[in-house]
Amino acid sequence: MVVHGAAAAAAPAKKGLWAWVNKRLPVSEFISEQLTGYYAPKNFNIWYFFGSLALVVLVLQLVTGIFLTMFYKPGELTSFDSVEFIMREVNYGWLIRYLHSTGASAFFIVVYLHMFRALLYGSYKAPRELLWLFGMAVYLALMAEAFMGYVLPWGNMSFWGAQVIVNLFGTIPALGPPLVEWIRGDYGIADATVNRFFALHVAAIPLALLLLVALHLVALRRTGSNNPDGIEIKEKLGADGKPLDGIPFHPYYTVKDVVGVGVFFVLFALIVFFVPTFGGLFLEAPNFEPANPLSTPEHIAPVWYFTPYYAILRAVPDQRLGALFMLLAVMSFLFLPWLDRSPVKSMRYRGWMSRTALALFTVSFVALGYLGLQPAEGLYVALARVFAVIYFLFFLLMPLYSSLDPVKPVPGRVTFHAH
Amino acid sequence: MRALLAVALLSAAMLGGGTARAAEEAAPVEADAKYGADWASWRASNDVADMPSVQRGARNFASYCMGCHSLKYEHWSRLGQDLSIPSALLIQDLLPPGDKTTDYILTSMPAADAANWFGKTPPDLSLMARARSRDYLYQFLTTFYVDPTRQTGANNLRLPVTAMPHVLSELEGLKAAVFRDVTKADGGHEQVFDHFEQLAPGRLTTAEYDGFVRDTVNFLDYVSDPSQTARRGLGLWVVLFLLVFTWLAWLVKREYWKDVH
Repeated sequence: MVVHGAAAAAAPAKKGLWAWVNKRLPVSEFISEQLTGYYAPKNFNIWYFFGSLALVVLVLQLVTGIFLTMFYKPGELTSFDSVEFIMREVNYGWLIRYLHSTGASAFFIVVYLHMFRALLYGSYKAPRELLWLFGMAVYLALMAEAFMGYVLPWGNMSFWGAQVIVNLFGTIPALGPPLVEWIRGDYGIADATVNRFFALHVAAIPLALLLLVALHLVALRRTGSNNPDGIEIKEKLGADGKPLDGIPFHPYYTVKDVVGVGVFFVLFALIVFFVPTFGGLFLEAPNFEPANPLSTPEHIAPVWYFTPYYAILRAVPDQRLGALFMLLAVMSFLFLPWLDRSPVKSMRYRGWMSRTALALFTVSFVALGYLGLQPAEGLYVALARVFAVIYFLFFLLMPLYSSLDPVKPVPGRVTFHAH
Repeated sequence: MRALLAVALLSAAMLGGGTARAAEEAAPVEADAKYGADWASWRASNDVADMPSVQRGARNFASYCMGCHSLKYEHWSRLGQDLSIPSALLIQDLLPPGDKTTDYILTSMPAADAANWFGKTPPDLSLMARARSRDYLYQFLTTFYVDPTRQTGANNLRLPVTAMPHVLSELEGLKAAVFRDVTKADGGHEQVFDHFEQLAPGRLTTAEYDGFVRDTVNFLDYVSDPSQTARRGLGLWVVLFLLVFTWLAWLVKREYWKDVH
């Protein structure tokens, strides 16, 4: 059945509509090259669901976002009211809005797990450096997209969050103050700001995101996927020229990914329908009050997906240095392919040094995320400093520990147990 | 036989425990020697699915809150529809004279006058239950106390020096807050709230007033997210559908992967 489907796609019929289309558009070729003829390692585990899930969430955000723009009215005087109009008067507007707001957090959950997978199995290492860099560009674009999207409801946390983040640009020597004014389009976060953030959020950044995701996928098609064993399956080909440890992406991984999408949507629906604010983590309570330049929220915290970096910003006593370290914390990921000197990719065959380093880094990242949500005082700041140091040491010492690490021999073929 | 007996005993014990807990909750608050000492831990414990309670809350709002506060995002007709209040009854009992059911629920107090009288315009309450939490509203409405130093004669533990007068004192009665002197670590002194003392009774008993506040908070909870009951109802079916879908998808996956060795 499976072989039959692949063969049919590879050899298009000579007559009929299908042939007519294929004479003019390489549909069959695309299917056979990119799906049925694209070989992926057969030993993908649970960590390999998050790439396709990120794509699903991207589509979800685009579709729900389009519906939201039909009713949302950017502007100092209209933003907040139009969001409440969507929540109360638009048919199933509440559902569209909650899908979009939960989707934003889900996007970051999925992307963080996707990135962790890359750290776990060395997916950023040669020959996948560009794949990794495009992925990082997607992540940076996503951060800009999420930040501007968060300003649009024009709640009080939108306003003050924008105030804090935009002012970070003001710490750049000399260039800072005029730059901040240029970004805001006014002397404060105001009508001009929310309108331009709307333009960037719904047009500019989504276009950039789509282009970067496309490049990420093209680069993936060139190198092929890494796998939990960190072995290049293209190096062991069968008599037919196909990788011995590879299986066609379609149907095997399409049917498998659909299961992942199903599990994801069960969890997603539980949040959307039963705890859409997620205890104030996905939608913060102060954002149910309209933006008020005269009333600062008790403590300003960005949404959870920025809090690891926010904790680093506040851990540094000097604001300018803090902003610099925050930027470095985000950018450090870019250098991973060249910082990592280990002869093996996967943690499965690395020694205790790399494993300990990754474990400490993961703990630090999560801890910083928690600390970024807490008020910047006493023990919280002290702990944030400790974890920030560990965070940077993970990258700084990587050339050292990854080359000294006692590695295990890597098997020639992937580890796979048929069910 | 023995197992049956054990089950019976266990259920009896659980029932007994339940009754004891219920009795504890129903006990008049005055019985507590330090009435109010733990006010910060009071919970609204409301249930928006309890329609009669939300309806009573709507009545309370129209009678006691609407004089100053609006619900500017809610139409009267939406309220009538969601709370199953027949249109005739809605117009007769809740709607201010001259308002149409298609109007938003707005106070008739001019904002400029209100700001002049109270020092600030009473806030719109549409989203207060989400912005400040239901527990906040419950604690706010139950911790008013007599304070002659305030212009309104009242102060509040949840929102100290609130501009809002204790408009429900007619129902709750008047209570005084007793503070005690605490020496701080640095040697300074601090006045810490200790307990409430009832000065004058209101029209309602403490338990009745508690119910009044819970109903009102319940109504404000509904208004803050009017589709929440429908959302939960729909959510159940969506999750059930997705579970079946995922199970079928898994069966398909298992079938396909049988030929991967």
